[in-house]
Amino acid sequence: MPLSEAEKTFILHGVDENFRQDGRDREAYRPMELETGTVQHAFGSAHLRLANTDVLVAVKLEIDAPFPETPHEGKLEFFVDCSANATPDFEGRGGEDLAVELANTLASAYQSRQAFDLRKMCILKGKKCWKLYVDILILECGGNLFDATSLAIKAALHNTQIPKIKAVNIDGDNIEIEVSDSVSDCEKINIENAPVLVTLCKIGQHCIVDPSLSEEQCTVGSMVVAATKNCVSTISLLGSGSLHQDTLFQFLDFGCKIANRLNEALMETLANISVTNENVGFLK
Amino acid sequence: MSKNKELISKIGLRLDGRRADELRRIRCKMGVFAQPDGSAYIEQGLTKVLAAVYGPHQVKNRQKAQHDTCIINTQFSMAVFSTNERKKRPRGDRKSTEMSLHLQQALAAVIETDLYPWSQIDVYVEVLHADGGIYPACVNAATLAIIDAGIPIKEYVCACTATLANNEIPMLDISHQEEVLGGATLTVAALPMSGKIVLMEMSQRFHLDHLPKVLNKALEGCKDIKVILDEAVKNHVAEMGSSTGWANSRT
Repeated sequence: MPLSEAEKTFILHGVDENFRQDGRDREAYRPMELETGTVQHAFGSAHLRLANTDVLVAVKLEIDAPFPETPHEGKLEFFVDCSANATPDFEGRGGEDLAVELANTLASAYQSRQAFDLRKMCILKGKKCWKLYVDILILECGGNLFDATSLAIKAALHNTQIPKIKAVNIDGDNIEIEVSDSVSDCEKINIENAPVLVTLCKIGQHCIVDPSLSEEQCTVGSMVVAATKNCVSTISLLGSGSLHQDTLFQFLDFGCKIANRLNEALMETLANISVTNENVGFLK
Repeated sequence: MSKNKELISKIGLRLDGRRADELRRIRCKMGVFAQPDGSAYIEQGLTKVLAAVYGPHQVKNRQKAQHDTCIINTQFSMAVFSTNERKKRPRGDRKSTEMSLHLQQALAAVIETDLYPWSQIDVYVEVLHADGGIYPACVNAATLAIIDAGIPIKEYVCACTATLANNEIPMLDISHQEEVLGGATLTVAALPMSGKIVLMEMSQRFHLDHLPKVLNKALEGCKDIKVILDEAVKNHVAEMGSSTGWANSRT
């Protein structure tokens, strides 16, 4: 739904005053709800709702052969599906552009070893490794997809249980892997350094985080920063619009600060998330 | 046929502990999302489906517009993680195209389409978890979503599956495990109040003599589901209404 010039001016003045449409200040996020372990068929999953943005992430594991150029690393693949439930524009192949953009940004954010160490996913050097399929399903778009997705992925990876390998039998070229059947015999993935994506939007002279759908329409330029504890793993500019070099560096600092804050909040939530069998899910 | 024998034990219990004529637990909720005009979520056992309805709105493709009815546009899609084995694509394969068409067929039978000339209604269903009976769950979810959107319908359309266990006992609401073990599955979408059938599908070879009793069982299932959905709709409306105060105005 396009905004009129007056509406845009209203939003712009709000940002100037540090008091946005919904009463937030420029650095504040909307409330989030997080649930883990919602998908039974997956090894790990998370469901995140950030105001009106709804993302479901599931992690599946498969045993695969590593790439020849990285024989001692596992594989990680992101797949984004924009469900037509989110908006009729996504019907058929309509959501594919956004899906590919999101998947590529995530892939490059997780590429660095500092961010996510794939060497732990190796079973037998050059022969067998774990392949992680991270499947992201976007159920509703209420702005700020990148941030919500990255948080949901981090939570889903935290929730993932990798079964332990009991035995590897090598018989010539034939490799047999015995995987433990027990549910308790699993390993967790270390996600401490996994990147958090922060979308920064320039509205007027100021920079805001967590833009709503209408705020996304008023931006002069926006940028996604994928930050881990102390490094930035990906920067990419979104959409049309341009930013000055000085502004860009300013944004970068700001983005890292916000990412650290988000990360702390997420890690704290994940540590305290209660393990109950009663999943409320969409029924709440 | 030897496989079929295991579907119901001697004391009349199925693999998951149900009796032959029992449905799986149905839990549902209307109005899950804010952006669509209507949305619903349904759980039938472990099968979980989300449905969203947009419209009636202007027809996207002008050439398809009809002067006397509205177009019902459906899309069926399955999350890649919904099945045990990871799916390659969420939609676009033959099975999902067929599902979309069947869903459209069932919905076109109940929606008062002639009230909305030159318009279009979009119904999107998304399977989050597949455990048998996907089509019935989609139809039931779509019905709830359409009611949530406030689109006038003639009556509920409900769907259910049934099969024949041990070659004699008709069995209701087939789970994935039973689908794999058992024989033919009959899928029926019906209008439970008038008893009309809008869609019937048989998955395998099946003796015609058995058909009436299995079909009756499936229709009974549709009626049971209708009661559950009706209850959910009433609760939802009461909840929505009471928050605005009309429920109290009567007293």
